[in-house]
Amino acid sequence: MTVIPQQVSPVLEVEGLCIAYGDGTAERRAVHDVSFSINPGEVVALVGESGSGKTTTAQSIIGLLAANGRVERGSIKLNGTDIARWTDRQLETVRGARISLVPQDPGNSLNPVKTIGAQVGEIFRIHGALRPDGIDDRVISLLARVGLSEPALRARQYPHELSGGMRQRVLIAIAIALKPQLIIADEPTSALDVTVQKRILDLIDELRAEYGTAVLLVTHDLSVAADRADRIVVLKDGRIQEQGAASVVLAAPRSPYTRQLLAAAPSFASAVSRPGASWAASGVHDDIVVVDGLVREFAGEGKSRFRAVDDLSFRVRRGSTHAIVGESGSGKTTTIRSIVGFDKPTAGRIEIDGTDLSRLVGEDLRQFRRKIQFVYQNPYGSLDPRQSILQIVAEPLLNFSRLKRSDREEKARAILSRVGLPEDAVARRPHALSGGQRQRVAIARALVLDPQVLVLDEAVSALDVSVQARILALLQELQSDLGLTYLFVSHDLAVVRQISDTVSVLRDGRLVDGGVVSDVFEHPSGDYTRELINAIPGQGPRAAA
Amino acid sequence: MTTFDTLHDDIAADAIRRTQGRRSRVASTLRRVPPGLALSWFILATVFLWAVAPSLFTGYNPLEGVGGAQLKRPSAEHLLGTDALGRDLYARIVHGAVHSLTGAFVAVGLGLIVGTGLGVVAGSVRRRFDDAIMRLVDVFLSIPPLLLSLSIIILLGFGTVNAAIAVGVTSVAGFARLARAEVVRVRRSDYVEAAFGSGGTFASVLWRHILPNSLTSVLAFASLQFGSAVLQISTLGFLGYGAPPPTPEWGLLIAEGRNYISTAWWLTTAPGVVVVLVVLAANRVSQSFGKTAA
Amino acid sequence: MSAYLLNRVGQALFVLWAAFTISFVLLQAMPGDAILIKFQNPDLGLTAQQVAEIRASYAADSPILVQYVQTIGKFLTGDFGYSVQAGVPVNSLLAAHLPATLKLATLGFLLASVLAILIAFLSSLTPFTWLRGVLQSVPSLFISIPTFWLGIMLIQIFSFRLKLVPVINPGPWQELILPVFALAVPISAPLAQVLVRNIDDVLTRPFVGVARAKGANRHWILWRHVAKNALLPTLTIAGVLFGELIAGAVVTETVFGLNGIGGLTERAVGSQDAAVLQAIVVLSALAFVIINLVVDLLYPVLDPRLRTKVGVAA
Repeated sequence: MTVIPQQVSPVLEVEGLCIAYGDGTAERRAVHDVSFSINPGEVVALVGESGSGKTTTAQSIIGLLAANGRVERGSIKLNGTDIARWTDRQLETVRGARISLVPQDPGNSLNPVKTIGAQVGEIFRIHGALRPDGIDDRVISLLARVGLSEPALRARQYPHELSGGMRQRVLIAIAIALKPQLIIADEPTSALDVTVQKRILDLIDELRAEYGTAVLLVTHDLSVAADRADRIVVLKDGRIQEQGAASVVLAAPRSPYTRQLLAAAPSFASAVSRPGASWAASGVHDDIVVVDGLVREFAGEGKSRFRAVDDLSFRVRRGSTHAIVGESGSGKTTTIRSIVGFDKPTAGRIEIDGTDLSRLVGEDLRQFRRKIQFVYQNPYGSLDPRQSILQIVAEPLLNFSRLKRSDREEKARAILSRVGLPEDAVARRPHALSGGQRQRVAIARALVLDPQVLVLDEAVSALDVSVQARILALLQELQSDLGLTYLFVSHDLAVVRQISDTVSVLRDGRLVDGGVVSDVFEHPSGDYTRELINAIPGQGPRAAA
Repeated sequence: MTTFDTLHDDIAADAIRRTQGRRSRVASTLRRVPPGLALSWFILATVFLWAVAPSLFTGYNPLEGVGGAQLKRPSAEHLLGTDALGRDLYARIVHGAVHSLTGAFVAVGLGLIVGTGLGVVAGSVRRRFDDAIMRLVDVFLSIPPLLLSLSIIILLGFGTVNAAIAVGVTSVAGFARLARAEVVRVRRSDYVEAAFGSGGTFASVLWRHILPNSLTSVLAFASLQFGSAVLQISTLGFLGYGAPPPTPEWGLLIAEGRNYISTAWWLTTAPGVVVVLVVLAANRVSQSFGKTAA
Repeated sequence: MSAYLLNRVGQALFVLWAAFTISFVLLQAMPGDAILIKFQNPDLGLTAQQVAEIRASYAADSPILVQYVQTIGKFLTGDFGYSVQAGVPVNSLLAAHLPATLKLATLGFLLASVLAILIAFLSSLTPFTWLRGVLQSVPSLFISIPTFWLGIMLIQIFSFRLKLVPVINPGPWQELILPVFALAVPISAPLAQVLVRNIDDVLTRPFVGVARAKGANRHWILWRHVAKNALLPTLTIAGVLFGELIAGAVVTETVFGLNGIGGLTERAVGSQDAAVLQAIVVLSALAFVIINLVVDLLYPVLDPRLRTKVGVAA
């Protein structure tokens, strides 16, 4: 840890910042008395879960609070000048030139009807920073600098012609164009695949070192902060819980909340050995899910066929957890949709508990569904907004059994309390519940039919890390009590390592690695698996140092 | 006082307390209603009462004039003045409400039932039927609504109900399109797939999930169509294809008032203002439906 | 692209044929007909025998299917039949009435576009919340006004009260001022509503936030980022607007006594002159189909997202 000399004045000083949002009648304070500072060339991470006020704080610094947001008290000093109450006109001279922004969602952050070159060049035109005839060359050299191949071609392309990672590089090019003193990176990689995420964060690091720009990194992911930040500010419910040098906060957290976050974060390094791993050697073969030579083709451009899943085979033992890992486009979702019978494979065999799925149609398929149930990634979309929680959980029973209404409701209530949903939530509708509670409801609905296999499609990815930890604990508990088999789809290798026994690593629809988790992760046979593992945040240079 | 009485009093007090509670809840809900919306409901309610019980609002006969009271300006005696035959204009407007409202109800009902039916079927069944229905909808959309109405009126003849049917037919395609789009949207949602996944049959999923979730915006559209139907029916009435004179249909009132445009401004102004207010109110109410649906 | 074009043209032809068939069923197969209305008039003193002969000359009594095939054949060669009421070919009626309507509709549409764009962009640019509220409520008011009543009110106020526009013997352009305005109001309303909604919608998109973070001001963002994104989707309601334009033309021409297609339509309905009305219906459907075809083909040219469908891999 380098000691910063006193005479270096900070780029940014936030002091006693209070921000409130109004809804017409009342104001609700979202940020309470937040103070921190950033020195030149430093990376400070604002870490917190949803609703912690981290994004609000970041937006207020660049003067982009939502229209109903207002800085109530406190100051935001840029090089000693308080800009907290500046008008838009004053702030326009600062935005882009002295403070710039790398946004969260590269997919929608570029204007779809303007070329990349025009959007990068725009920042020079707005600030009159270059003579018009010099802009094009400067744009191309910037695009080359952020690592885009064929920059001259990219400049003529439109955003939809670029991948998510490339678009984020373009947005970074815009952010560094005028060599600002501070870059605000608001969850810059949360929408990207893990390997792309690493490359983008590396790029930001590199440019920071090159230009001496300070970075305010807003993130929900403590391990990203651990890898990349000099100092960490932990926020909860709009209040600072603790701040300090990254190594100190991580090694010796003072606030209970930071300790809780650290405990909840599935860390790759501290994987627990699963009790189920013992039977791996026992030699008993009881495979409940058998996938053999699975192929799924979709019609592509013209007459070509696109293979989403290509000759995939794996087996899952009864009572174990099998993870399917891959980045977007790897075919993992297609695979599990075939396994639960939502999608017909082009070729191959899927057997669930001895039943060959390919022959099932109509009523047989419907009866088969009692064996295998599905939990969706997004708990906001998978529950009917017009039904009550009790109706949602009791509905599968209505589909299959001749139980009386009161018996159905009793069983639904029992399973809801089993998944830890408070009694008073039973009569509510989904929108009145938090994300974690909704996912509990989805799990309850899946379990109410006493299935043997539960397929979880990124079931915890949309949740905050502490909620995620509680849901994972619940799943483990249910597995050991009920003897369930899990098929767990995830992009998060740390979570996979924590809860699964066996794993299949998919890339472009093919199986590139597979087997017992500890074998695959400790001795990866493929380059791709190795790259995936290296990309996991939380093992980076800064945390290790 | 007997025990029974005290008991009775307790129950009564309890009931009073309960109604008070309910009343204050109603009051607080009312206070949250924006004034424009409240006014819109008030206008629609008034016009509805005009249609149901016109005699509560006016003592004048809408069809027979008062001798010597021709073309009188609005006054305390004749709120909105009188026409060339000495008939009270206010009375004619009040009595005309029933024509416009039933017309609009018939038109919207027709569009709602036939259009939504077609749309739901198209959105639920296999590709080929879906394509066939939607091609038909495209054809109906390709004919400008007024021309379609006029063609139907030529076929059916003039009259209030025929004009209403003519207007209703033009909205069938719109309803069908919206209903299909909503059904398709809801069908794609995770919760519908989840319902199939937990063993729901096609009929049960359609009934429990798809219909309730897709019909909210269809209903909001229906209330929007109500205002549009009032407008179109008055247009047909104005052109002379609706109810024959001396029926006090609003469009017809304006058409008749046209002959006195230079001398009796109230004859055209007042019925038109009423039409505008009703359409505005219906649109405002429909907008509020749309918001709760979203 | 050529397969797409063929498919699209095929669809358009199908819609046209179906529109013709529907209008034929509605209009020509009807029980009451124009010939009887005109010639059974006792004043003419025609015998039943003579009426029957006239009917035969119009081929009114041949089987419906034969009539259908004959009519479709004639339509394909551009012959829209004979107006019973006026006693002249429908073609010459259309030719006589079309120019007035074209002039009215073009001017009305232009004024409507100007009004809509003014309302939408001013309401987005104004720094005053109250003005924004007023401007944004204008379209919902406009959409609630019956066109015929608006026309009458305009005559009442501008011709009779203020005496600004003469009603008797106006000049060729003077007589268009009020009708164009009356027509523009109902057309501008849906256009303005769509524009206002699109602008609001585009303003919430993340790329606008990025543009603000670049230091762009309100005007810069509105003209360089929002305008094109908000204007593009209005193309999709072009067909609907055309329908409104026809309805508006019928009503305005009736109110202002202009001698165009709208007035012709009104008289054709009054005298149940089916041939005239069917020609107008089919021509409108043709115009609608062409408008939508042009929009579909123009859209990919204007929106880069539809130009290239294949993305470049990372």
